[in-house]
Amino acid sequence: MPDAPSRLMIQRNGEITIIQFLDRNILDEANIQQIGEEIASIIDAAGDPKLVLSFDNVDHLSSAALGTLITINNKIRAKQGQLRLANINQQIYEVFTITKLDKLFNIDKSTGEAVEKLS
Amino acid sequence: MSPQPISNHLVLDSRFEEIARAEQAILDDMKKFTYADNHHFAVKLALEEALANAIKHGNNLSPNKQVTFDYRIDDHQIQLTVCDQGPGFAPDQIPDCTAEENLDRPSGRGVMLIRAYMSDVSYNDSGNCLTMIMKKNNAAPE
Repeated sequence: MPDAPSRLMIQRNGEITIIQFLDRNILDEANIQQIGEEIASIIDAAGDPKLVLSFDNVDHLSSAALGTLITINNKIRAKQGQLRLANINQQIYEVFTITKLDKLFNIDKSTGEAVEKLS
Repeated sequence: MSPQPISNHLVLDSRFEEIARAEQAILDDMKKFTYADNHHFAVKLALEEALANAIKHGNNLSPNKQVTFDYRIDDHQIQLTVCDQGPGFAPDQIPDCTAEENLDRPSGRGVMLIRAYMSDVSYNDSGNCLTMIMKKNNAAPE
């Protein structure tokens, strides 16, 4: 089976990797699994991963997507890396606050702010 | 004058691809009423979680089992019922995903999100049929 096209846009800024989701809806289990695998391979390839996940295209996400974000966070912590989330709209941010995941993740208003804190 | 209430009954295969069809049906019908963007967000989120649970945990992705989705929309509230053909579960036995010791566990947030975004949530006795009500004046979570 041919590889599915990437669901992410990836930029490098020095040692920091900025990952932007291309999907407006991060709901579908197959897509979420693919996103998780793509990001896992980035983490595996980095010695000391510093990642920013940008949600500026994202309108909806599910609990399965939250689960993948937590798995990514756990993987990064295991490698003593850092993860920051950015550009989360009000409705999605509310999902983070309801689930109290705003306490687990470092969340910034913008990618620039997140990059600055990782630099 | 308020539009007439709309009711619909859908039968879905136990595949995740079916969820989008169900969401599209109810979101299209909601547009015939005066529901706001946050109501659409809440219904989409709660329905996504309910159907994903029914397909995955209820029917175990079995091609021999189906999920039924019924809804009724009027100008004051939306009622959604999702039933699977699984053995059912006890929603009260799900660990509290907001407890500090559980925050980094990747699963167990779907039912909590449904409760947060819907005005009223109930299960049948066997736990394989979920009814959710969203009142127009009580949609946004606190």
